[in-house]
Amino acid sequence: MSENQKATATPEWVCVRCGVPLEPGKVNVGYLDSAFPVDLPRCPRCGQVLIAEELALGKMADVEKQLEDK
Amino acid sequence: MEQHKLRELEAMCIQEAPPACTAACPLHVDVRGMILELRRGDLDAALRVVRKALPFPGIIGRTCAAPCTSACRRNEAGEALAIRALERACADLGTHSPPALLPSRGQRVAVVGGGPAGLVAAYDLRRKGYTVVLLEAEAPLGGRWRDLPERELPRSVLEGELSELEVLGVEVRLRSAVAGGGLDELRAEYDAVILATGAWSNETFGLERTPDGRIRVDPVTCATSREGVFAAGSLVLGQGEGSAIQSMCDGRRAATTVDRFLQGASLTASRQGEGPYPSQLYVRTEGFAPLPVVAAADAQAGYTAEEARREAERCFPCACLECVKVCEYLAQYKSYPRKYVREIYNNLSIVAGTRHSNQFINSCSLCGLCGEVCPNHLDMATVCREARETMVAQGRMPPSAHDFALRDMAWSNSSQFSLARHAPGTTSSEYVFFPGCQLCGSAPEQVRQMYGHLRERLGKVGLMLGCCGAPAEWAGRQDLLAEQLARLSAGHQSLGQPEVILACSTCYRLFKNHLPEARLRSLWEVLDEAGLPAGARAPQDKVALHDPCTTRQEPQMHQHVRHILQQLGCRVEELPLSREKTECCSFGGQMWLANRDLARAVVQRRIAASDTDYITYCAVCRDFFAAQGKPTLHLLDLLYGKDIAERAHRPAPGWSDRHENRVRLKRAVLKELWGEEMPDQPSYESIRLLISPEVRQRMEERLILVEDVQQVIEHAERSGARFQNRQSGHYLAGHKPAAVTYWVEYSPLPASGQGQELQFVVHNAYSHRMTVESSQPG
Repeated sequence: MSENQKATATPEWVCVRCGVPLEPGKVNVGYLDSAFPVDLPRCPRCGQVLIAEELALGKMADVEKQLEDK
Repeated sequence: MEQHKLRELEAMCIQEAPPACTAACPLHVDVRGMILELRRGDLDAALRVVRKALPFPGIIGRTCAAPCTSACRRNEAGEALAIRALERACADLGTHSPPALLPSRGQRVAVVGGGPAGLVAAYDLRRKGYTVVLLEAEAPLGGRWRDLPERELPRSVLEGELSELEVLGVEVRLRSAVAGGGLDELRAEYDAVILATGAWSNETFGLERTPDGRIRVDPVTCATSREGVFAAGSLVLGQGEGSAIQSMCDGRRAATTVDRFLQGASLTASRQGEGPYPSQLYVRTEGFAPLPVVAAADAQAGYTAEEARREAERCFPCACLECVKVCEYLAQYKSYPRKYVREIYNNLSIVAGTRHSNQFINSCSLCGLCGEVCPNHLDMATVCREARETMVAQGRMPPSAHDFALRDMAWSNSSQFSLARHAPGTTSSEYVFFPGCQLCGSAPEQVRQMYGHLRERLGKVGLMLGCCGAPAEWAGRQDLLAEQLARLSAGHQSLGQPEVILACSTCYRLFKNHLPEARLRSLWEVLDEAGLPAGARAPQDKVALHDPCTTRQEPQMHQHVRHILQQLGCRVEELPLSREKTECCSFGGQMWLANRDLARAVVQRRIAASDTDYITYCAVCRDFFAAQGKPTLHLLDLLYGKDIAERAHRPAPGWSDRHENRVRLKRAVLKELWGEEMPDQPSYESIRLLISPEVRQRMEERLILVEDVQQVIEHAERSGARFQNRQSGHYLAGHKPAAVTYWVEYSPLPASGQGQELQFVVHNAYSHRMTVESSQPG
């Protein structure tokens, strides 16, 4: 699962705690017994990750459905 | 599901049983298959279908006694289908190429007699790869068919079709009578012998005889007293004792036995399907308009292709599908229970790999209408519910499938709603009112008023608030159901086991099935007997009554409700499917959660059953119908509604509203009746939100509750873990209180004055179930 397009849409988001803009970074997303490394926007200091609506309702929902055999 | 259970269930669905015509036909011509091709106008294909069972369709299409016609169910709506004439049309107008033979087996069979039985036996055995010699005492072939007049059976047709035997390689020896000792010679020369010399033959070849002098044969196998010698046709059946088609059937039976005999297989195993039998297929014909048979313009010439097509159009065709006709769910998956139970069995048997039927299994409303209308009472509700339990036990239930409903159940049983008390000022209860979670979520005010009415009429009536546990049962969660039953039982015990008054038929059914020690009464029975509140009145217009699906087995409840409506002077219309045949509103079994498009179609279908406004006695039915635009009343609206007409149009409360209504109800009764405050509520409850109708609607569709949003904002504001948009200034924060991560985009609304509480404007909310792990950058 690659989600580079989300990273480009997020420089307008700033981590409030650290006061820095988000940057793409490697994170692990997982569900049930599977996990995938993906690039997602996150705070370069504290590591907090932002999941955008398009990602949550698009690709993530699809993968959840697939892994669940729903 | 065990395999024997699967077979049992499959056998209960008779949709695949042959129709009456095919079952009555001694050779089991696939009439429905032929009809299908004729309707398409494909005569060649139609002829192929006929010839699969019938070697000489031109002859039979002219001469058959046609037991199919008297069996045809079109008889009940017009006239029987002209099946024989259609077969003739196939033979006359379709093109036929000789069938393929199986590879030669090297074994030799002698068939004695060139009439219908011998001809079929020779034909069948030759196709199976045997070397066949057909011996006919006279000349030429055809037996009794030779006696028919030319206009009934032209010689050209007879000879044309019989000549195929030689084309296939049957060696025909004419004028080759076999008598007495001739059988010994044949038996010595051939691996098997079939005797089919016809009714006029008195020859018994030295074989064992019946008292009337005929050759004694086994009726199932055609075996005579001599090994390797079989007898068939009117030789056995007797003069005038059988039509040509029966003789053909007998010849086929003998050929089947010979094939088994020569292959060393059992002669008797699985032969029950041979010969005519009564059809098991259940067919309701009363809905079909009567149609007369299509007459051929030239009776002598038979049907033209167009006439045959028109006659074929008169076939229904026969099908059961009683359940599929009344169930949107079964219809949408485009098959029928015999296939469905097999799919479910396969789905449950998959060890590794994708299970494709999970959604199918979770989409059933478990309403049981299929079992009610099925001639064999095959109930998909039981099958699907047990399948869900198996999925849970196997750890293969999709985690998200029932999550929302189970959390709602857990919430309803938390201190925010649940309660069990004696009536205020009393220390015992003769009755306890259990209104159920959905009625409290939809009409809390009416519940409060009804509780007052019950106390006024019956005295010591306690109150129990909570969920009955139906969502656990629907989710296949026997563990959660057992917990819930224990909780209900404990609450009931703590009140001294009073008689339970239930307003919701789903609760009623659950109590009845799982808490047999509890004495139960429906609220409607109590009201019918103890009297209605003073202000009760009928709506101005006629209403159509929708029975909730969980009342299916409760005829007394149907009666009490109707009696109450009658007392009020209500003009009531009965829906075509009502009482034990009523339909589900799509809430049952959590269909609405598993398959939203299907649920929408189910509601649409139900609310289209009548143009009249509906009345029902289940809060969810009311709300689900109203949500799709059907003005619907709840029976309690007649008892307490100030403006009844308006009540029918009130919008369905959202999932968050339902929680709020339940909390409000508990708070109100605690304060008013027992003079108590609500127990401490979670801290996030105090977070005040401003949500536009658009965002509220979106949250509703995404199953995100106000309390989910409150928890996210509380977490973000306390921990500081949130993002801010440089352009809009909006905050965005995610939080995972349990299995789901919720994200909320929001902004604080500055307090407008001293002492004003902080509020938050909610701009958007969404969720996901995948987890996200990020290592510390660096």
